[in-house]
Amino acid sequence: MTLKLLDISEINMTNESRRGFIGKAFGAVAGVGAVASLVAMKRTWDPLPSVMSAGFTTVDVSSLVENKLEIVVWRGKPIFLLKYSAAMKPTEGRNVKIGDHYFSVMIGLCTHLGCIPAYRPDTKDFKCACHGGEFTADGVNVFGPPPRPLDIPPFKIDGTTLVLGEEGEEYKKLTAKA
Amino acid sequence: MAEFKKAESTLEWFDQRLGVTNLYKVMMSEYWIPKKINFLWAMGVILIMLFKILLISGIFLLMYYKPDVNMAFDSVNYTIMQEVGYGWLFRHIHAVGASVVFLVIYIHMFTGIYYGSYKKGREMIWLSGMLLFVLFSAEGFSGYMLPWGQMSYWAAYVITEIFGGIPFIGNELVVWIRGNFYVSDATLTRFFMLHVLLIPLAILGAIAFHFYALRFPHVNNEDGEFFDFDEEAEKYLAGNKKESKVVPFWPVFLSKDFMVLGFFMIFFFYLVFYHYGFAMDAINFDKADGLKTPAHIYPEWYFLWSYEVLRGFFFEIAGISGKDLGLIAFAIANGIFLVFPWLDRSPLVKPANQRPYFKYWFWLLIADLIVLTIYGKLPPTGINAWVGFFSSMTFLILFAVLPVITKMEAKKVGGE
Repeated sequence: MTLKLLDISEINMTNESRRGFIGKAFGAVAGVGAVASLVAMKRTWDPLPSVMSAGFTTVDVSSLVENKLEIVVWRGKPIFLLKYSAAMKPTEGRNVKIGDHYFSVMIGLCTHLGCIPAYRPDTKDFKCACHGGEFTADGVNVFGPPPRPLDIPPFKIDGTTLVLGEEGEEYKKLTAKA
Repeated sequence: MAEFKKAESTLEWFDQRLGVTNLYKVMMSEYWIPKKINFLWAMGVILIMLFKILLISGIFLLMYYKPDVNMAFDSVNYTIMQEVGYGWLFRHIHAVGASVVFLVIYIHMFTGIYYGSYKKGREMIWLSGMLLFVLFSAEGFSGYMLPWGQMSYWAAYVITEIFGGIPFIGNELVVWIRGNFYVSDATLTRFFMLHVLLIPLAILGAIAFHFYALRFPHVNNEDGEFFDFDEEAEKYLAGNKKESKVVPFWPVFLSKDFMVLGFFMIFFFYLVFYHYGFAMDAINFDKADGLKTPAHIYPEWYFLWSYEVLRGFFFEIAGISGKDLGLIAFAIANGIFLVFPWLDRSPLVKPANQRPYFKYWFWLLIADLIVLTIYGKLPPTGINAWVGFFSSMTFLILFAVLPVITKMEAKKVGGE
């Protein structure tokens, strides 16, 4: 019985290409696995459906007092409701008329880094204590680091009732003007 | 199995199985440290000690802490502080430790900058060290949220809001990080996970890497002198201890480190028992309220300098809003130290006082960081806002000119 001796270099060649194939195949499996894991991990960090669908806030504005800031909560955010007195001038694209009065309806978070500005009824403006930003009564930034006016949340008006979280006629008109 | 004979002693038994004698040599008795060093070289060992203290005190706090918005505040301020035996002690150790660890990290870091221990082969030591700084910052931030007081809440709010400055995906990213439209229960629970598991694991890995990165380029010395460690080690092992420029890590180097560590621990526990207040902000003893921003918010002292850079730009320049400028400057401030070895274009590895231009640069940077830290705590009104602006600009300019002055320095010393 004779043994046929294989050329050593030939064995190495075949082994190397086999290893190369196994390496690429494993790379593909690992790659798919890595992408799938990242998707799953990203989804786990996403806000829960219950959070995303978290409801609407309804406020009756008829009982509000002129030039006194009312704060309601919508999606964990403070919403500024400011009823204008006759002496206060409303601004196009910033104030909305509900019944006989003009109102400021704004998200009460400084557009700089999200602190809550305080209302000063005597000077009729907002002052943010964190970094010194100032806003007018209709929410326009006039001093300091805030880059833009206070944001207006989506709302709908139903008589004297304000529904936050739904885009109504008045909201669309208001934002179209701004 | 390899050839095997019955062990004659316990040591030999372990040696056969784990190679303990070799391990001891490599890690301790034949790991060589330069002789010409001072107490500043003990900061690494102090940091290891502080990390252990934080880990152990953290484990005890973990037994009673509840990561839930309704229970977190009371579990810390009532259960741990008043009911658990020595719970107050573990909390104070943890809080003071978290603050002091940054003090020692800064000393460690600026020692490296002063003595030039980040270049000519030591780049990976520097990079892994900066990675540790980033991880410790994340650990400090996530831990600060857990007591769920007013400062916890608003720090979490403002810092997560910063990610909103990233173009296009900013707003969605903030909601994703928080797990809600605002800082809420989901936010608290996920940052709790990061604080007690993921970041500490990453820190352990980074510490191992940091140590490993030291093995090839070796520890720097007071003169920045380069010498052959193998040669010096041979001298030492041959009994020429006086002539040799190195000492073994154990027992020679560590015994002196333990001396420094002893003084440090006395100082540390003095703070824990008599001056813990600086690490416990009074405002954080009010429970978190998402609808009431405290009149004045500021981070812990170790983040004040970068916070001041963030808010230093309070007006628009060339059409870019103050907010965006602040965010850009903040991003630069936090990233610039990472590339420090490549900004210093001078080949000199010498203490700063022996470098013709760098010495001024170094002390200017220290002075500017102190100004930023002091004004970071003050309300940003009137003159304070301008001091903030100019010291932020100084910080950016210092780093912009660093390559230039070190290049000039390289020319000057090259011509000598």
